[in-house]
Amino acid sequence: MPPADNDRQVTPFPAGLWEQPQPVVPAAVAEVAEPVQRIRVPASMLYRYTPGAAPSRFLRGLRDKRILGEKDPVNGDVYVPPRGMSPVVGLPTTEQVELPDRGTLAAFCIVHIGFGVNAPPTPFVSALVLIDGAAVSVYGTLLDIPIEEVRIGMRVQAVWAPDEELTTSFENIRYWKPLDEPDVAPELLKGHM
Amino acid sequence: MAPQRDVAIVAFAQTDHRRAVPERNEVELIQPVIRQALDQVGATIADIGFTCSGSSDYLAGQAFSFVMTLDAVGAFPPIQESHVEMDGAWALYEAWLKIQAGHADTALVYGYSKASPGDLPRVLSRQLDPYYYGPLWPDSVALAGLQARAMIDAGLIDEAEMAAIAHRSREAARGNPHAQLRGSDPLDELLAAPYLSDPLRRHDCPPITDGGAAVVLAAGDRAREWSKRPAWIRGIDHRIDSHNLGARDLTVSPSASLAAAKAGVSEGKVDVAELHAPFTHQEKILATALGLGDSTVLNPSGGALAANPMMAAGLIRLGEVFRRIEDGEADRGVAHATSGHLLQQNFVAVLEGDPR
Repeated sequence: MPPADNDRQVTPFPAGLWEQPQPVVPAAVAEVAEPVQRIRVPASMLYRYTPGAAPSRFLRGLRDKRILGEKDPVNGDVYVPPRGMSPVVGLPTTEQVELPDRGTLAAFCIVHIGFGVNAPPTPFVSALVLIDGAAVSVYGTLLDIPIEEVRIGMRVQAVWAPDEELTTSFENIRYWKPLDEPDVAPELLKGHM
Repeated sequence: MAPQRDVAIVAFAQTDHRRAVPERNEVELIQPVIRQALDQVGATIADIGFTCSGSSDYLAGQAFSFVMTLDAVGAFPPIQESHVEMDGAWALYEAWLKIQAGHADTALVYGYSKASPGDLPRVLSRQLDPYYYGPLWPDSVALAGLQARAMIDAGLIDEAEMAAIAHRSREAARGNPHAQLRGSDPLDELLAAPYLSDPLRRHDCPPITDGGAAVVLAAGDRAREWSKRPAWIRGIDHRIDSHNLGARDLTVSPSASLAAAKAGVSEGKVDVAELHAPFTHQEKILATALGLGDSTVLNPSGGALAANPMMAAGLIRLGEVFRRIEDGEADRGVAHATSGHLLQQNFVAVLEGDPR
């Protein structure tokens, strides 16, 4: 009997195309000897990661429930989350712009197989939200709405973590929920869908 | 490989190299350098036909980290771009090929890394094969010690000569405002220091560096327009020795010798050579492999012993030779870059200025 497979967690994909394949032992190897199918090589590397100047400004703002984008110095586009650079002109973004915690659903999909410990119960809606005043959309999950009612152009609002749980993390925005405002016409979302 | 088109280095910029730059991320680190290199020739990204970079996710601790760094270029409208998980010298090789093939007339090349977030000697051990060497986690300094020991046992170098290489390099770096280590303790103090990885002492090893560099390439008349004295790439080649350390004679570098021969190093005088030798004894291996004599000034910048930003230290060797040719300090020079453990992979380029 082979040893129990407790080295790794295998994502429980449904059978078929995405199924985890069984190890295959080439005939040439199997003829010679008992094949070595696995070696155990524990590996870990620790990194002391620093996000940099602009992301630090953004993450500090999140601790206070503020969304701080940064402005392209040439064309005025506001990037959120900021990475320190305007990718369009290759120049640093230095001016911070505070954005509201609301926006418009620019794209979504319905997730039926969740990955990771933080995934909400399936099915759930993963979304790109174009925050008001921003040039690019952010990723999040959309809850508090029946899935069949989700549509591009709907207005959404951030749901923040309780004050005592706020940290310098994008996870401070727990999820997005519907906002009772008229939808934005899809043509106004051109370039973001 | 002999060039079909005249291609030259026409601009070079580098960071002020430091042990750690925690206040900036990689794109914030490299953007000023890219901008400086373009500014030197009065160009914008729209004037550049091809962009190629060298960096490593293992150093960044992030997948596809180079994609984020592209934000520093201003890659919109979309540009022709590529990346190598190697030193920027190999990115320069790819860019040179692109220009040789006629697909571009100009190129921007950059390389960078922040080694500070990780434990560099252990990170570098991940370059080893996954079955035999990797699981043993030999660190890069211990492996270099094996090579230095083999050199000493073969009578090819001694600890005093190694210390002299360290001393000469770091004293030379006093003239390099970008260097991380400038100046050296006296030789007798170096040799009195304890071993780090016997027979290597601290001074035999490169510093760990956060930093980067950028270079602009141009062909023909554009190169003459962009530089008062372009450093023409007369020959360029790169070769690789076995990854199996036990299968190699560690005291020599056949791949460096072959790359030097193919690049035509010996076909003229070599005023200056910038060798990417992270450890002192490796400079001796490389100078021997490249056939460099006493008339060549070795590593006037201080070399990798004065600053060793991974993925950029090789590209910087090209830039340092270019700068000396452009300034008229040298007419013909050799730049070398290495990658992998114990000089496994070697790149050699011969650069030459027009007659004065």
